[in-house]
Amino acid sequence: MFKLASLLMTPAAKYLMLAFAVLFPLVATNEYQVYVMATAFVWAIAVYGLNIITGFCGQLNLAHGGFFAIGAYTLGLLTADYGWSFWPAFAGALVMTAVLGFLVGIVSLRLKEHYFAIFTLCVGFIIYLLIDKWEELTHGAIGVRDIDAPYGFGLVDFTDTTPFYYLVLGFLVFAIWFMGRLSKSLLGRTFIAIRNGDELAQSLGINLMRNKVLAFVLSTTYAGLAGALYAGMVRFIGPEEANVQHTFDMITYLLVGGIGTIMGPLLGTIGLVWITQSLQFLEEYRMIIFGPLLVLLVIFFPRGITGSFLTWMHRKSQALAPAKKRQANKVNTGQSREAESNA
Amino acid sequence: MSLFLQQIINGLTLGSIYGLVALGLTLVYGILHIPNFAHGALYMVGAFMSYFFMVDLGAHYWVAMAGSAAVVAILAILCERLVFHPLRHSPPIHDKIAAIGILLFLEAVVQMFWGSDFRRMSSPYSGILNFDGLIIPEQRLLIIAGAFVLVVALQLFLRRTMTGATIIAMAQSRDGAFLVGIDANRVAMMTFAISGILAAFAATLYAPINLVYPAMGHLVIMKAFVIIILGGMGSVPGAIVGGMIIGFAEALGGFYISTSYKDIIAFGLLVLILSVRPQGLFAKGAH
Repeated sequence: MFKLASLLMTPAAKYLMLAFAVLFPLVATNEYQVYVMATAFVWAIAVYGLNIITGFCGQLNLAHGGFFAIGAYTLGLLTADYGWSFWPAFAGALVMTAVLGFLVGIVSLRLKEHYFAIFTLCVGFIIYLLIDKWEELTHGAIGVRDIDAPYGFGLVDFTDTTPFYYLVLGFLVFAIWFMGRLSKSLLGRTFIAIRNGDELAQSLGINLMRNKVLAFVLSTTYAGLAGALYAGMVRFIGPEEANVQHTFDMITYLLVGGIGTIMGPLLGTIGLVWITQSLQFLEEYRMIIFGPLLVLLVIFFPRGITGSFLTWMHRKSQALAPAKKRQANKVNTGQSREAESNA
Repeated sequence: MSLFLQQIINGLTLGSIYGLVALGLTLVYGILHIPNFAHGALYMVGAFMSYFFMVDLGAHYWVAMAGSAAVVAILAILCERLVFHPLRHSPPIHDKIAAIGILLFLEAVVQMFWGSDFRRMSSPYSGILNFDGLIIPEQRLLIIAGAFVLVVALQLFLRRTMTGATIIAMAQSRDGAFLVGIDANRVAMMTFAISGILAAFAATLYAPINLVYPAMGHLVIMKAFVIIILGGMGSVPGAIVGGMIIGFAEALGGFYISTSYKDIIAFGLLVLILSVRPQGLFAKGAH
């Protein structure tokens, strides 16, 4: 995994992608395409969060969509009902999701595997029910209207699609950069050690609870960031944002892209968001495709696009081994590490 | 007093339904150690199948129930064969994701054929019995009696027949079961079929006093999970006791505390219990 960036994404490829993202509003034929891309970026940020706790740390968190909704609602309610301006409310949303993530984390992470997944599924549902029923606070089924757009300090107007697109892109680049740093750091390796085995990690002197809670808080903060951006973009939110369906969508994006990889969440999210958008009939029945897709992926390609691509690269480089022995060796070490951490 | 008794009847009804769903879930967990998130979808398909047999084909209630049980049993076996069997050596997270995939698929298919409208399913037992001021709808009595019969039948099957014994043996020790020559595939398929049949029966019993719609399985399956965590995952008596606890908590809580928050009660209870006892209430003494 640590060599992933250099393997799949040589610096040149990485800058090429960034350049494409920067130029996208210029090549897009209409504003709607820019809007769809911005939406995809917002979801990608949330999927990166899921990747930290589920991909790196190995804990299937089914409350992720709930935290996305908490971020969106915190921003929405603070700006619409309490007269906060956008950026303080934005910070408030991050703090709120981090604090709630911490509280949920210290209870839920004492549970192992299945218990954790079931518990978080229930937490996600409690979040949905609270948003739906607590009308005095959340307006219930009516939803929150008149959410502020980001305040551009008189320089830019974020109510326009294109400036907002660049704002989201900025946050996404930061999210990916942070993820890359994290995966190379001791902390990231610690998370992977926990995924590979609780007892083994513990015997290495890793404090399980502290690291799991940290991963959980990081992941909920990512979700809160995405939720707050979403609220600022759509500017009208309802209880449906907390629907467990969103969590399932994000799991699909993560799996298609490649769970536990750096570029996987981005590729999976953008790819699937565009596919659903371009096949309109899929919007409502997308699960007829996504459901079996999930099953087939975990059976045949549990490592998604990015992981499978890496395996293919590895095989190819082995075939060329005599000719490019030195280079192949280099790739090999990266690959075996990648395989280990994906096991 | 009669209001209180009314709530007791409601609690028994809910507890019976939750117990039946949780039983299927706990059996599958006991054998294969899979938290089958798709179980709620099987329950939902069960209700729709009965609806289809009754409304579109004009079958009698009991015939529709049997037909629905057969269809869901086959569906459950297919899930085991096509999805969970190939994944038996994968990390546990893959089973869970695959189960979610099945859930999403079944829901989308049902929604494609029937739409997401709420439907009413009638039952021939729509009368009301009046015991000196205590009013009990016939369907509720049927649910309680039906659940009782099913639980007794299941117990007899597990304890008194050879085939049932293989299921228990496999739940107690996989390796031990292999050593005495038990066919793991057969047991797995049978367990899935039983869990599907129980889900279809529960759905068909409950549908006439509730509504039929594609998302109807969501709450039920989550409550069933709460129940099997309470009762100890894999434990048959635990599922029944847990079902009753949640059923009563919901009926009494919904009546005396707040109806709009009654669905939270089960989850609140779970959060509370797991915060104090991460291993569940009756974790010991499973099977």
